[in-house]
Amino acid sequence: MADTMELRDIEVWDGNMAASQALRQVQVDVVAAYPITPSTPIVENYGNFTANGYVDGEFVMVESEHAAMSGCIGAAAAGGRVATATSSQGFALMVETLYSASGMRLPIILNVVNRALGAPLNVNGDHSDMYLGRDSGWIQFDAYNPQNAYDLNFIAFKVAEDHDVRLPAMIHQDGFMTSHTAQGVATLTDEAAFNFVGEFQPMNDMLDLDHPVTHGVQTEEDWHFEHKARQQHALMTAALPKIEAAFAEFEKLTGRKYNLVETYNMEDAELAVVCMGTSVETAEEVSNELRAKGIKAGVIGIRVFRPWPLEQLAVVLKDVKAIAALDRSSPHGTVGTLYNEIAGSLFNTGTKAVLTNYIYGLGGRDLTKAHLVGIYEDLKANMDAGKPTTPLQQYIGLRGPKLSFF
Amino acid sequence: MLEIRWHSRAGQGAVTGAKGLADVVSTTGKHVQAFAFYGSAKRGAAMTAYNRVDDKVILNHEKFMRPDYVLVIDPALVYVADITANEKDDTIYIVTTHMSTEELIASQPKLEGRKVYTVDCIKIAQETIGKAIPNTPMLGALMKVSGMYDIEFFKESMVKVLKKLPQKIIDANMIAIQRAYDEVK
Repeated sequence: MADTMELRDIEVWDGNMAASQALRQVQVDVVAAYPITPSTPIVENYGNFTANGYVDGEFVMVESEHAAMSGCIGAAAAGGRVATATSSQGFALMVETLYSASGMRLPIILNVVNRALGAPLNVNGDHSDMYLGRDSGWIQFDAYNPQNAYDLNFIAFKVAEDHDVRLPAMIHQDGFMTSHTAQGVATLTDEAAFNFVGEFQPMNDMLDLDHPVTHGVQTEEDWHFEHKARQQHALMTAALPKIEAAFAEFEKLTGRKYNLVETYNMEDAELAVVCMGTSVETAEEVSNELRAKGIKAGVIGIRVFRPWPLEQLAVVLKDVKAIAALDRSSPHGTVGTLYNEIAGSLFNTGTKAVLTNYIYGLGGRDLTKAHLVGIYEDLKANMDAGKPTTPLQQYIGLRGPKLSFF
Repeated sequence: MLEIRWHSRAGQGAVTGAKGLADVVSTTGKHVQAFAFYGSAKRGAAMTAYNRVDDKVILNHEKFMRPDYVLVIDPALVYVADITANEKDDTIYIVTTHMSTEELIASQPKLEGRKVYTVDCIKIAQETIGKAIPNTPMLGALMKVSGMYDIEFFKESMVKVLKKLPQKIIDANMIAIQRAYDEVK
């Protein structure tokens, strides 16, 4: 039996510690990991907890991230509660196995500490790795601060392991800006945290020798399509209601309310910034300052990136006049992902809102409050003109001549 | 919002100092942030760490900061790092040095007209902890200059923050904090 850890009501934790404490509290059976900056402390802390008797589980050191996720897949197929963490190039190396995990319907939890993808090599935070995972069939939650990183882990286990869902889930947090920034985190007791997620209930586990099953099968044109359609069906129809139910139950337990789409100052907003990660909160602070000057500025944060909350987003953007989609990843050859997703969400709604795109923060480049004020000024001009007054895609925080496209 | 920037060399404990301060402040019901700029940092490389303290939840995640306090825990960084970057009119500097405040300002004219305090955290750390880890004494000096907390309360809180260290090291840190509190000018 694992030892209990006494926590203060508020602990000052960075996002990595918050994630590893959540993994400890849900008592993961197997963590197979290959550490990479900036997610290293998650598995390092977890190894420490395991070695000191706070976890009844196995910590498996492997030779690469591909092997880490493969180990997780094996352990999950065998019937265990499984989790790991990675970032950037490590995430990229995992990609092949990410599709196996979701296709095999294994509820693995992956903490992704978002970091730029090289070249050039860069250890700092942007959303390139998060975007790389977006078609992999995983549920993707996004944390804006260490408290979110802690809370969303519990919610992710609860949703992913639900027998109606059985899909793996990622919890994303911004490299360094969340992962290495210590802030107050309201904790749950070990008992309350574990009870929220509950005992792991295996399904189709290979170690249930009375009910033999096959995992990792081959299907050609006869059945591949049906498997993929069922997988998509679960992600599109089962996951969202289960996520909302888990959010509601978590609010009952903690008073902290999460939503598929987070809204801030949006009640009568004319101008909206849509973004993810720590930028959401910085934008919230800027919107408060602009509100004090009579500018109807609001913020929308994407809490669940996959499955994409298409209908929910259309509702909250219904009456907005000008929208900025902020992407912390180089789209390499098109508009930013959020721009595309938002455009897709609004296309059939009859909105006349002006939508523009900003690329920012690559490789950890700071997003300042002054940048955000400038974006809201652009939006105001767009609203007044009823059409874009700037190029469709602009770069902000970039040195040298201004760069823009479209 | 109270904002603090630390100038340090990687390995001198600025991150631990910033996190320790955040830990203590958090126990008083305030909201805190502690973070640092990392590159592919090597031991000895100049680096900065940061604290934010507020009565409200801190939403701001920009790295840009106009600090209320600048804490310099390596003496040479006064000359090689941009310690006055983004300063305000009333930014207060606390610098680790063997020099007096007057001598320090004479050697670095950039500090002319600023509110500057000096304390030899390196020497204090060497004489108490036995290693040149000037982070905890700097917090003692900050308590004196800022009047943020009563020093006895602060030391009691720091004992809890340092609880995983051997008792001898904790005791030495407490002496170091008190000495810097008494000696900062």
